[in-house]
Amino acid sequence: MADVYMQSPEAAAKRLERAPLVTSNRSMAWITDHVASCTEKRAPLWWWIAFMLSASLATVSVLCIGYLISTGVGVWGLNHPVGWAWDITNFVFWIGIGHAGTLISAILFLTRQKWRTSINRAAEAMTLFAVVCAGIFPAVHVGRIWMVWFLAPVPNSNAIWQNFRSPLLWDVFAVSTYFTVSVLFWYTGLVPDLATLRDRAKTKLRKFFYGILALGWRGGNRQWKHYEMAYLILAGLSTPLVLSVHSVVSFDFATSVIPGWHTTIFPPYFVAGAIFGGFAMVLTIMLPARAIFGLHDLITADHVDKMCKIILLTGSIVGYAYAMEFFIAWYGGNLFEQYAFINRATGPYWWAYWSMIFCNVVAPQLFWMRFFRRHVLWVFVICMFVNAGMWFERFVIIVTSLHRDFLPSSWGMFYPTWVDIWTFVGTFGIFLSLFLVFIRWLPMICIFEVKAVLPEADPHHGHHDDHAATPAAALKEGVH
Amino acid sequence: MEIAGNPRAPIFAMAAEVPSASALYQVAEKVRDAGYSRWDVYSPFPIHGMDHAMGLKKSWLSALVFCGGLAGLTIAAILQFYPSSIEYPLIVAGKPTNFFTVPAFFPIMFELTVLLSAFTATFGMLALNGLPRWNHPIFNWDRFKKVSDDGFFLAIEATDPKFDEEATRAMLEGLGASHITVVHED
Repeated sequence: MADVYMQSPEAAAKRLERAPLVTSNRSMAWITDHVASCTEKRAPLWWWIAFMLSASLATVSVLCIGYLISTGVGVWGLNHPVGWAWDITNFVFWIGIGHAGTLISAILFLTRQKWRTSINRAAEAMTLFAVVCAGIFPAVHVGRIWMVWFLAPVPNSNAIWQNFRSPLLWDVFAVSTYFTVSVLFWYTGLVPDLATLRDRAKTKLRKFFYGILALGWRGGNRQWKHYEMAYLILAGLSTPLVLSVHSVVSFDFATSVIPGWHTTIFPPYFVAGAIFGGFAMVLTIMLPARAIFGLHDLITADHVDKMCKIILLTGSIVGYAYAMEFFIAWYGGNLFEQYAFINRATGPYWWAYWSMIFCNVVAPQLFWMRFFRRHVLWVFVICMFVNAGMWFERFVIIVTSLHRDFLPSSWGMFYPTWVDIWTFVGTFGIFLSLFLVFIRWLPMICIFEVKAVLPEADPHHGHHDDHAATPAAALKEGVH
Repeated sequence: MEIAGNPRAPIFAMAAEVPSASALYQVAEKVRDAGYSRWDVYSPFPIHGMDHAMGLKKSWLSALVFCGGLAGLTIAAILQFYPSSIEYPLIVAGKPTNFFTVPAFFPIMFELTVLLSAFTATFGMLALNGLPRWNHPIFNWDRFKKVSDDGFFLAIEATDPKFDEEATRAMLEGLGASHITVVHED
């Protein structure tokens, strides 16, 4: 910034000008047409291929779950002492990914980060699909899935009630509330865009389908007034909610006595990790979608750049947390705690620990350099590292802590079975199938919000009677 | 003079189009100052400051949501304290349910407060907007389809006490609005 003062006022003004949120001076009609037509054109061949592949993968997961339910949890590799393994790893992995969408839609809304408008819809959809994948694991890991209703506090003939002071029950409430509120938030945001699709519909089926879904939205200001208030309130509710969900997930571990779990750093550390992994997954699926649908003017290089910076920030927080866990283990003077951490880094699961460190702490540091934030292929590769790293993080936390706790006589190892592996791999199929269905039938970019950040959406656009609104304008006015 | 809808049906409103968000804002200020009360402006996105230009008060949805949140908190308190202390008292890790263990009940109180608030926000917004509804007379006007694309419209309803076909049309013409149309019900 300092060299701004060394340049000519015009050049300085140009540097201070904010980059436009929508590039190439696109009109409102262009935005409507470009986003809505993705759902109106015939499905391209790549879509069918991608959908068939991911749906087949999803089927594998469903079959594995069917096998698990019909046979018993013994088909998984978990056993004493590692009673939680891939199931809870996968749960925490997916629920963590499901944090970025709400962060983008709620926290960035409250902090008036207008660049969020291009990415919030797809990120919220991704959140929902990730939570769907997450919800599978705790549901099926109970073994007798027909007993899963025991999780809900309803009067029953056994006259038994839940322990409301257990973090496992908090988790049931947190995750189901999070999913429900995310659906409400997402649908509220969709209503005006569904009206757009309704008004553009040519076929009877589309007119009916989108006509129902749009709920009769008219876009009158008397509607927008309540709508904006509802959106603001939902954002305000979702902000503490999204921070609470992964905090509660971390309580599942932190309130136990297992060395490596029993730490107070867990809630913020889990939340930062969730945002970190979530943004990586947003980029992983948005970059291909952007390239395929030619959305570069809406999801600009600046958007990618900003998301990379968030990944860098949260990745560094996660790295700090890894270091702090070691420090506290040493400083706390608890031998079991010290052993748990030395065992993580040098024990039989050292490879998982160092994969985690490399993927989550080392790889994202490249984002300090502008070149890596602007190079789509590098961004994609680094995000893939983060995706893998975040899975390893949960695996390390869960399995390395459990496999060697207090008594050496009850030490053991965990080996996944083919059912473990394919259930997890198949959830990517579920996730991608849902996402592909979403981009075919719903607008993947929030049309009305993107229009609202165009310069001509400002009701005072084109008036020069006011005082200068931007520093750049102030500088220009100073010149003339 | 254009006509939309069934010409024999009663008039719903006199509607017109303006070219931009800023034009709509200025027109809204004029219509407000002319003393109309049953009218609305339609736009593809919410326009910043339009509530002021139309003379509308703040949405009272927040009051509804407060009640929803309070209901959620109450339900969570009853749901937890009744079974835990009366119906099925559990002593876990030597801790009975009393004043000192209340923090352990906070997470579910928080979750249910948020859950019911969010339900109230979404469904309260729809209720205040009179949605969902199957149809609306304004949709009889074909041009109105542009409202979800790049069209800016206003409509002065026939039930407005100041509504007068001649005078209202003259005012809209004077404000530079185009495509002035009488929209009938169907």
